[in-house]
Amino acid sequence: MVTTLEIRNLHAQVAANGESILRGVNLTIKQGEVHALMGPNGSGKSTLANVLMGNPQYEITAGEVLLDGEDLLEMDTDERSRAGIFLAFQYPVSIPGVTLANFLRHAINARLKAEDPESKGMPIPKFVRMMREKMNSLGVDHSFAGRYLNEGFSGGEKKRAEVLQMAVLEPKIAIMDETDSGLDIDALRIVAEGIQKLTGPEMGALVITHYQRMLDYITPDFVHVMMHGQIVESGGAELALQLEEKGYDWLREKYGQPEQA
Amino acid sequence: MVVVKRRSDALTQPRYSRDDVTTLSDKQNEPQWLCEARRAAWDVYEQTPMPHMEEEWRRTDYRSIRWQEADVMISANGVGEEVVPAKNREPLVGDTQGGLLVFVDGKVVHHEVAPELTEQGVIFTDLNTAIQEHSELVQANLGKAVQAEMGKFAALHAALWQNGVFVYVPRNKVAELPLHVVIYNTKEGASLLHNLVVVEENAQGTVQVDYASAEAEKHSAYFGGTELIVGDAANLRYVSLQEWNRETYDFSHQRAIVGRDANLDWVIGNMGSRLTKAFIEVDIVGKGSNARVSGFFFADKNQFFDLDTQQNHNAPLTTSDLLFKGAAKDNARTLWQGMIKSLPKMQKIDGYQVCRNLVLSDDARMDGIPGLEIEADDVICSHAATFGTLEEQPIFYLMSRGIERPHAQLMLISGFFDELLQRIPFEKVRERLTEEIEAKIVG
Repeated sequence: MVTTLEIRNLHAQVAANGESILRGVNLTIKQGEVHALMGPNGSGKSTLANVLMGNPQYEITAGEVLLDGEDLLEMDTDERSRAGIFLAFQYPVSIPGVTLANFLRHAINARLKAEDPESKGMPIPKFVRMMREKMNSLGVDHSFAGRYLNEGFSGGEKKRAEVLQMAVLEPKIAIMDETDSGLDIDALRIVAEGIQKLTGPEMGALVITHYQRMLDYITPDFVHVMMHGQIVESGGAELALQLEEKGYDWLREKYGQPEQA
Repeated sequence: MVVVKRRSDALTQPRYSRDDVTTLSDKQNEPQWLCEARRAAWDVYEQTPMPHMEEEWRRTDYRSIRWQEADVMISANGVGEEVVPAKNREPLVGDTQGGLLVFVDGKVVHHEVAPELTEQGVIFTDLNTAIQEHSELVQANLGKAVQAEMGKFAALHAALWQNGVFVYVPRNKVAELPLHVVIYNTKEGASLLHNLVVVEENAQGTVQVDYASAEAEKHSAYFGGTELIVGDAANLRYVSLQEWNRETYDFSHQRAIVGRDANLDWVIGNMGSRLTKAFIEVDIVGKGSNARVSGFFFADKNQFFDLDTQQNHNAPLTTSDLLFKGAAKDNARTLWQGMIKSLPKMQKIDGYQVCRNLVLSDDARMDGIPGLEIEADDVICSHAATFGTLEEQPIFYLMSRGIERPHAQLMLISGFFDELLQRIPFEKVRERLTEEIEAKIVG
């Protein structure tokens, strides 16, 4: 069965101050499809990514999100992950004292235990082998596994660690929040090629980006433009090229300022 | 006997007398020098008021102790080492043990020491036996580091300690096999044991001491004294893990004296007790020496831990490195008061003193007061106390990978302690502390 994530008329605000960010987002992503989400700063792209994962900094005020017909918004963050949703964070937090390998082993075992409460988790030799394979395929140095999660990682290392986690957890729908930002051209190539390897019939992707250059590696099936908390324009890969060339002003003129909530 | 009335019939201090001191000395058939030392300590005890608003005590209110329960001396009633839980009996430092000494309710119920250690002249026995068999050695070292004058409870301890452990590693000898001491109480009341560890010049030793007691309803008091005498060019690794029941008030003075070109690696774990007031002090008296102190504490429910640490640089070219890491949950309270001191003109000293605190509930309170008194100008000294809580964004991050919230919290808390655990040179001690962390979080 092909997994489908349906976002319907989603509204969300910042929990701390009630600032309205998402103002009626509609989007459907199927396993195997690559959707690019573009748009100016502050248009709500990151908020959408975080809301889908259940970040407590945001509150849903209207709308629904269905994962294969199940209410995603009713699930806790960890359940969403185990159901196949993944978020590659734009700014992953560092976790002192927890190594990347230890963290991923717990993440995998949490999945196995959710499926079978009797599960003792993945045997360590099997886990180590799996990690090495994934690290090799993404060109990640093995020493990464023993380092504290994101602690002292460079920008590029953090992004690669996010992609590595994605590779290990094999999500059905992956959301990548500006995984290309803050990278130089070499780091971008490594990260983008890593993502490219992971996309395919098994994984649907929502790739949030400002720039076409990421999409040179990962060809989107659909490109969407978000402004003022809504998706205002959707098209094929050519839309990204158009945006690269013309910027967002033409869309601002076309759609004007948002209605005040 | 002085009994001061306060509310109803509550005692404000334990009911001991000079006669108790004499009776104890007589019963144990102690040499003259010890009888005199005990009596002198008793004089100090009588002249010293119960601690109250002195600087090192004013944040610590121990007055909830029911002395009418806690001052009753625990006496052994024939139970053996089988009552000691496996985790407290298990050797944590090294696989092969050089010796095991188990006290139950103050009585030695197990004593063994490896022949190869005895052949080297290593002494590992209870203190009362040591006084009978090695009186001069004990006399030369007892009271070197901890004296009655240090406070009310130090004086009480010096006057009335019942037994304890004597570890002695002679000059140039290496006691490779670790020595393990277990102090376990099944009964409620008072106990006072003294740990005297002497590692002579160019010698080396490793000692683990476990304190624990069975769950109880009545209050208990432990008046502890620990002396670590590290000779010139000597090495001592000392691990102490305190896990008293939740009705025990622990008042202890623990002090190390470190000679020239020597190394002390001291690990302290404080998990148990209702209230702990520990004075932990390192005196570096010889040039070129290093002392490392690593402290773990985790308080929950109504526990109150007050850990006072002091690093005294009394010689130039010395290093001290103290890291304490602790957490508090429920309505627990912790307090760390640290101090680095140097004598005048002790140049080229490097003192490090940090206490990191993780506050796990709104009702828990943690305080940290670092201090420096340095009278030299060519020194490196740093001190800090930090405080944090479990933040929502790291929890969200871990949960976003499928890890359930309680497990995510556990990972973050364990991660917090990892920096400290990595300093502990014994894998099983690290494992044991990791288990304690989990038990505290779940419990």
